[in-house]
Amino acid sequence: MNRTLKAAAIAAPAVLAATAPALAQSIDQKVNEIFANSTGWFVNLIFSPFPGTSFPWIVAWLVIAATIFTLYFGFIQFRAFPHSISLVKGDYSDPDDAGEVSHFQALATALSGTVGLGNIAGVAVAVGIGGPGATFWMILAGLMGMASKFTECTLGVKYRNEYEDGTVSGGPMYYMTKGFTERGLPAGKFMAVLFSIFCILGALGGGNMFQANQAHAQITNVVGDFPGWITGIVFAAIVFAVIIGGLKSIASVTEKVVPFMGVLYVLTALVILLMNANMIGWAFGQIFAGAFTGLGVAGGMVGALIQGFKRAAFSNEAGVGSAAIAHSAVRTKEPITEGFVSLLEPFIDTVVICTMTALVIIITGQLVSDPATGLYLLDEGGATIQTIDGNKGVALTSAAFSSSFGWFKYVLAIAVILFAFSTMISWSYYGLKAWTFLFGEGHTKEIVFKVIFCIFVVIGASANLGPVIDFSDAAIFAMAVVNIVALYFLMPIVKGELDSYLSRLKSGEIRKFE
Amino acid sequence: MSNKIVVGYDGSESAHATLDFAVGLAKAQGASIVVAHVLEWSPYSFLTPNELEERHKRRGEELDRAEKAILGPVMKKLENSGVPVTKALRYGGIADTLCDIVKAEGASQVVVGRTGNSGLSSRIFGSVAGSLAQISPVPVTIVP
Repeated sequence: MNRTLKAAAIAAPAVLAATAPALAQSIDQKVNEIFANSTGWFVNLIFSPFPGTSFPWIVAWLVIAATIFTLYFGFIQFRAFPHSISLVKGDYSDPDDAGEVSHFQALATALSGTVGLGNIAGVAVAVGIGGPGATFWMILAGLMGMASKFTECTLGVKYRNEYEDGTVSGGPMYYMTKGFTERGLPAGKFMAVLFSIFCILGALGGGNMFQANQAHAQITNVVGDFPGWITGIVFAAIVFAVIIGGLKSIASVTEKVVPFMGVLYVLTALVILLMNANMIGWAFGQIFAGAFTGLGVAGGMVGALIQGFKRAAFSNEAGVGSAAIAHSAVRTKEPITEGFVSLLEPFIDTVVICTMTALVIIITGQLVSDPATGLYLLDEGGATIQTIDGNKGVALTSAAFSSSFGWFKYVLAIAVILFAFSTMISWSYYGLKAWTFLFGEGHTKEIVFKVIFCIFVVIGASANLGPVIDFSDAAIFAMAVVNIVALYFLMPIVKGELDSYLSRLKSGEIRKFE
Repeated sequence: MSNKIVVGYDGSESAHATLDFAVGLAKAQGASIVVAHVLEWSPYSFLTPNELEERHKRRGEELDRAEKAILGPVMKKLENSGVPVTKALRYGGIADTLCDIVKAEGASQVVVGRTGNSGLSSRIFGSVAGSLAQISPVPVTIVP
């Protein structure tokens, strides 16, 4: 692109925005309206509460699954934790396999798909609605989710397809078809199709629109308000260049910068926590008190719990099935080893990074409470907690970090954009895998999906946070509904693998390479 | 101890000079030569999902290319040099992997060229010859 064109491309939206703000805003409104109307039924279905309560059945579904996996595998997330670390370090990798996908690489790629806005914006949503207590439930969900992740990633590697040309394809749709056939169970194909449909919706929702939406929110937070569709078009163009134009350099640069941003984010959070070290005890007090009483939030304890579990699941995707796609390319003779490695994912994502975000928001005093009662004050709508400047979502996290370091909002803006982008790239891949499972591989078919993906970037950036987050959650949780059913039927296979592996590890048949 | 010389070889101009030097050395000492080519690789690098999917295939292609374009011609050239020659093709950090090859072959010395990078880039990235000199279990000859 030459310089004039480039300048024009940058200037055009700015001019448009300046001359026709009313028109621009109305485009956003229109998109939002159509979007909210057309997805409402789906959202209501997924989040419908148990009759006579306000407790959504989907939250119970995820919690029960994580609990069952935790118990069935005997607290594998704690037992296998040190062994997982050894595997990631490569202690058990055959040096002759150098040049193949290592455990570390599979984990890093899966993490860059999950570490993202869920950790920054999602946590702010959770704490903003559910109060500090949501953090407690979020951490608990993260710890339990490790067992779900272990189960699905083991199966993902075990039942992946390895093609003659050496490429691999794996994920829930493959263990549903192959695993169910192996166990003589019916309906594997049906479930795989259902999962693939939801996976495509999830890729367009949480993996795309939510990312675009919050990236836009973060940009306006720094440069001032302007219509979302402009951000959407710019983002869509870059995503287009990468996934359709094959511009690999952008993807690989992102892939290298994202881990660095993640580390920077956690370190900054740690510094802020250390600066307020005397408040950490108080913050944990708020978290525990809030977890069991709600401290005045909408829905009380249950409200805090729902928010915590929802945002944890949305952030670490345990039980959703997406990670099984990313992890399936690793080179290993033992599928279970990838299960061990993957259980670190919810730990890093939720127990470490999400908790950091929550602590910073709580410690910097973003949430407004009544000094007399200690209860949090609610907004006019009665749903969210009042914040100092009325921030919510990513803006709340930004305000919390900026209250200690003014410049951090710029760093955060860059981090958010990069996280959003890397999550989009990962999810475009997950969605594509589901798409090709349904429609078969082929250049034109793949292009169709990729174009749809880019269009949803624009929609996501234009719509309001509410409808976008509802749809994103609903689509991702719909994946979990199908995936977890499959995991229940296939978990004895994982158990067999686990027992065999552990006994060989004990006997010394499996040992470290020098 | 067997008298083997491991030669780091990457197909470049200076690698040819290094190899010629090593052949002379081997003749004088009645030694054999192991031509070692290392494909730069770290198990701790970051890849996109697409790269993960294709990694196994790409690895095959890379090994094939290294064999055909780099090791094949040089093995042919050395066929009639009168020195027994074997080859080694591995993935890894270059200096570390050369050391591994030295150990695996039971070699008595290692010969490498240097790329001639000096100053800033080698300050940042280090140089293969420099790190090899630091960590090698056997004497290292660096051919300019």
